[in-house]
Amino acid sequence: MTETHTPTGPADPPAPGPGAGSRARGARVGTGRRADRGARGARSARRTPGAPRRTPVGSRWAPYALVAPFFLFFGAFGVFPLAATAWTSLHRVELTAPAEAEWVGLHNYARLLDDAFFWNALVNTAVIGVLSTVPQLLLALGVAHLLDVRLRGRGLFRVVALAPYATSVAAATLVFALFYGRDNGMANWALGVAGLAPVDWQNGPWASKLAVSSIVVWRWTGYNALIYLAAMQTVPRELYEAAALDGASRWRQFLHVTLPGLRPAILFTVLVSTIGATQLFGEPLLFGSGAGASGGADHQFQTLGLYLYEQGWVNLHLGRAAAIAWAMLVILVVLFGAARLLRGVHARGLLARGAFTRRAFARGKRAS
Amino acid sequence: MRTERAGWGTYALLALFTAVSLFPLLWTAVAASRTSTRLAATPPPFRFGRNLPRNLELAWTDARLGEALANTALVAGAVAAGTVLFSTLAGFAFAKLRFRFRGTLLLLVAGTMLIPPQLGVVPLYLLIARLRWTDELQAVVLPSLVSAFGVFFMLQHLRRALPSEALEAARMDGAGTLRTVWHVVLPAARPAMAVLGMLSFVAAWNDFFWPVLVLTQTGDPTVQVALTGLGRGTVPDQSVVMAGALLGTLPLLVVLALFGRHIVGGVMRGAVKG
Repeated sequence: MTETHTPTGPADPPAPGPGAGSRARGARVGTGRRADRGARGARSARRTPGAPRRTPVGSRWAPYALVAPFFLFFGAFGVFPLAATAWTSLHRVELTAPAEAEWVGLHNYARLLDDAFFWNALVNTAVIGVLSTVPQLLLALGVAHLLDVRLRGRGLFRVVALAPYATSVAAATLVFALFYGRDNGMANWALGVAGLAPVDWQNGPWASKLAVSSIVVWRWTGYNALIYLAAMQTVPRELYEAAALDGASRWRQFLHVTLPGLRPAILFTVLVSTIGATQLFGEPLLFGSGAGASGGADHQFQTLGLYLYEQGWVNLHLGRAAAIAWAMLVILVVLFGAARLLRGVHARGLLARGAFTRRAFARGKRAS
Repeated sequence: MRTERAGWGTYALLALFTAVSLFPLLWTAVAASRTSTRLAATPPPFRFGRNLPRNLELAWTDARLGEALANTALVAGAVAAGTVLFSTLAGFAFAKLRFRFRGTLLLLVAGTMLIPPQLGVVPLYLLIARLRWTDELQAVVLPSLVSAFGVFFMLQHLRRALPSEALEAARMDGAGTLRTVWHVVLPAARPAMAVLGMLSFVAAWNDFFWPVLVLTQTGDPTVQVALTGLGRGTVPDQSVVMAGALLGTLPLLVVLALFGRHIVGGVMRGAVKG
């Protein structure tokens, strides 16, 4: 076995994400110190022969050869661009002459703070982020709950849930744009049949945000439902039986047995959806077909990702685009920091709620 | 896992969910079989028309969907193969071998999983421009080969599926690294490799932001780039636009129909967006 023990089974979906991160952090403490010592002298090289910690494969260089291809690309196309974004954001770089960069200090950032379109894009990203993430995850919980019973054709339902996910952003958005057409779209036709007034889905400040959000909700609900379903299936059935014996209704079983078991999965999907929401690009780009990168005639659904594209690839200011990218990173870091703080505050409340589960679990064990 | 049988209410709600999930796809096909004048009329069409072959042909040639499909198949195939290979090798080393900097390197990989790669597009674009790769397919393939998720996916699988005794036995037999990887590691990794390959293929097929930045509609477009061109008015006929959307989506729906169970399994094991 390797040095770290992982209790992750196939039905522990969040593991590759945050869980893996914290594990790696734990491992660094040890290895890092060892590495420092080794860097100063060649002592460790002498220690290697006959040492109990021996790699079970080939020469001592084998591990490095195995990870090298990955890290070669990872360094060149993963780490380097991220790090270099900060550097580019301090320069004036034009798309027409990408080799020439002129140092401008924090000028790009100063401009951003003064830029009404940047703040507009920030607000739009937040609004569309909430409008798409919250319904998406709530619906996914519902769908997962429906799937988490003995069901005929369950495999089919699961594959169907992934059909929107397999549809590309571009294809989905083109169809939805037609669907939300002002004069002859199906959405307005349906409203008309129901006796309601038509809505200007492309130009209305709220209607357009709702329409863009609905594309995101359509594409990702089934995907998130499957992640929740995987977590639900690890909740021991004895817990439900015990809760039922206690006279808990279906709804209370869902609240007190299912939801607590889903906590890691929910955190994981919130994390991934939040990252996705801050990066939203394709939907707003193609939803306002004629308007191009402005996100609607009035910028009413221009997101940060789209604004980055407009600054860099339409207005040709790559330095400013890099500053926007860096601002997006800061926003993510702030969001995650806030989430951590909130979790600390709520931890006590969640523990109290978990007491019901633990009691039921203990009873379930006794019963079996 | 709940034990009760599904009631009719559950089936009714799931039928509704199925309808909502599939309706836009079905309607794409309906719209692709009509004319743009019919699409601009009220009420919208709900039945198939006769224009599907014509619209598909126009999308295939005028919007260059044919070339785009070939390009995308090439790109997605190369990305899937490369991601699976690199992730398996690195995942194996991280799961089963000890080496200096192991923890540091793993932390580096984990750390970037939370940072969306889109944030690095500007320097990446400058790099690609300097290499004179803009509008070349390798500009889309090479940056997509780095999947931190893939490494963790394989690491987790191999930790469970590859017994250390098997490695020990291979070492006793005097097998070198290559032989061990070929005869011991790969057979144990195969199921996860297949799933990772499919997930990477789907992600690469649907990759949007980066291809739209480095490829152009007139050069060597992928399907998503060609569809973006369609959406921005290269062909004003809406029924042809829908035919393009249909062409760009059908291959993945076929993949889903054939390997749906495995892809579902991959997602349920915690797949992350590509």
